[in-house]
Amino acid sequence: MTIYLDNAATTKIDPSSLEEMIPFFEKNYGNASSVHQLGQKAKEAIEKARKIIAQSMGANSEEIVFTSGGTESNNFAIKGVAFANKDKGNHIITTSIEHKSVLNVYKWLESQGFEISILGVDEKGFVKPGDLEKAIKPETILVSIIHGQNIIGSIQNLEKLGQVCKKHNVYFHIDACQSYIKTEINVQKHLVDLISINSHKIHGPKGVGALYLRKGTKIEPYQHGGGQERGLRSGTDNVPGIVGFAKAVEIGLDKNHIEYIKKLKNKLRQGLLKIPKVKINGPQDERGLCHILSASFFGIEGEAIIGLLDLEGICAATGSACASYTLELDQTLLSIGLPPQDINGTVRFSLSRFNTEEEIDKVLEILPKIVGKLREISPF
Amino acid sequence: MPYSKKVLDAFKNPHNYGKIKDADGIGKVGNPVCGDVMWLYIKVGKNKKGEEMIKEISFETFGCIAALASSTIITDLVKNKSIGYALEFTKKGILEELGGLPPMKIHCSVLAVDALHDAIYDYFSKNKRPIPENLAKRHRILEKEKGVIEERYKGWIEKEEELHQDD
Repeated sequence: MTIYLDNAATTKIDPSSLEEMIPFFEKNYGNASSVHQLGQKAKEAIEKARKIIAQSMGANSEEIVFTSGGTESNNFAIKGVAFANKDKGNHIITTSIEHKSVLNVYKWLESQGFEISILGVDEKGFVKPGDLEKAIKPETILVSIIHGQNIIGSIQNLEKLGQVCKKHNVYFHIDACQSYIKTEINVQKHLVDLISINSHKIHGPKGVGALYLRKGTKIEPYQHGGGQERGLRSGTDNVPGIVGFAKAVEIGLDKNHIEYIKKLKNKLRQGLLKIPKVKINGPQDERGLCHILSASFFGIEGEAIIGLLDLEGICAATGSACASYTLELDQTLLSIGLPPQDINGTVRFSLSRFNTEEEIDKVLEILPKIVGKLREISPF
Repeated sequence: MPYSKKVLDAFKNPHNYGKIKDADGIGKVGNPVCGDVMWLYIKVGKNKKGEEMIKEISFETFGCIAALASSTIITDLVKNKSIGYALEFTKKGILEELGGLPPMKIHCSVLAVDALHDAIYDYFSKNKRPIPENLAKRHRILEKEKGVIEERYKGWIEKEEELHQDD
């Protein structure tokens, strides 16, 4: 049996979410833009889904635009705001701990004449609101920050950062792909203008996500075509995906899941700390995501650890899945001041409500042996 | 995992690792790009023809799956073989033995060849033997790279020495 501890990369679909999708492949396969009954059934389902997702964050339905996932939502938000507001300024602020789907958008935007400022973080992975305020200039049009960090799990303080953005009248975008559903996001309370979310990190299907756009946000359309999603994101609607996404949100909103995952994570953390020379990275209090646990193992490499875990049927990751094939040291771990050898020795375990206490016991039985064996081989 | 069966087998069943205390030659190499480190120890003896051969070989590696597998495989390949044979062993040779590696990981197998050759260099220089020019040239490059690695792991190696004192 596989023990899946890589839920920050992607998750298993919830059976109810999958069940909800199937009729929209088999029976109600109409195009939501068609006027006939089949089309209208699809449209109704999309609007129902939109309402569920809007309500999950205290938003109105017309503020939700469906996309193909987190990467598209991030691209849409950042490029869309940048180009729609370039008459106002060309300066954008982000952080050193972003996901590649934000970081690489900025690299490209620099080639298009935009100026990017990158904020550092403290040793637990938090942006200081004072640093943000100092970085804002008259030309600043957008601030974009990862809400729940995907490697170390730090959850940024939306109240404080949002207030700074509001005070200086700049748009505030958050990448909430890891944090959505796992911690509160409420647009009534949090002064956030754009929110990227996706489905496959919360036990929904892959290939669907959404962007929350506060009413009045000036943004360029992402795809041009048939005018779907109020002309902001053309393309035939992914009806089964959207329906499955909404179902995953409905189920995910049960707060008991978070408490359960926290309990498992705590058990895993306690067990890891019993292994000699192990260090846990990122916040370990309520400012950390419930499902992400990053640990550095002295003297051995993360890839070798996850390789041996894999041979035992346990899935974990060295860093983000998107960075697995590069040799670069992880930027987030560098940003919190981890030395290179600790970065090389880092493993990310990420949990979900489908994990069990027995699975954690099994991991804690196998892992110390693996660490011991690799340390026997290592010169350090 | 994106590795050949041969690589995975060697990764699963590492052997010939650990220190050789009275080694005749030691090759300590590190890769400044990815941070992998390999220390290789040899003891030299003579075969029936009177040629010098690698009688014992052992490694210590801090590295990824590819580096660990290459370490085991290279020790298997040159154990009880002549020094001449070991010196002719190339990067291409080990890569073929491994059944290939993902392009990003090729440098990990190079580390094993470098460690082997540098252990032979060490043996030659300790015994005041003439050193082939290409071996000396490679050694100079490896020394430079090792400098980068030592700088990178400075605090760490010291910390490890401290920890060992506690043992």
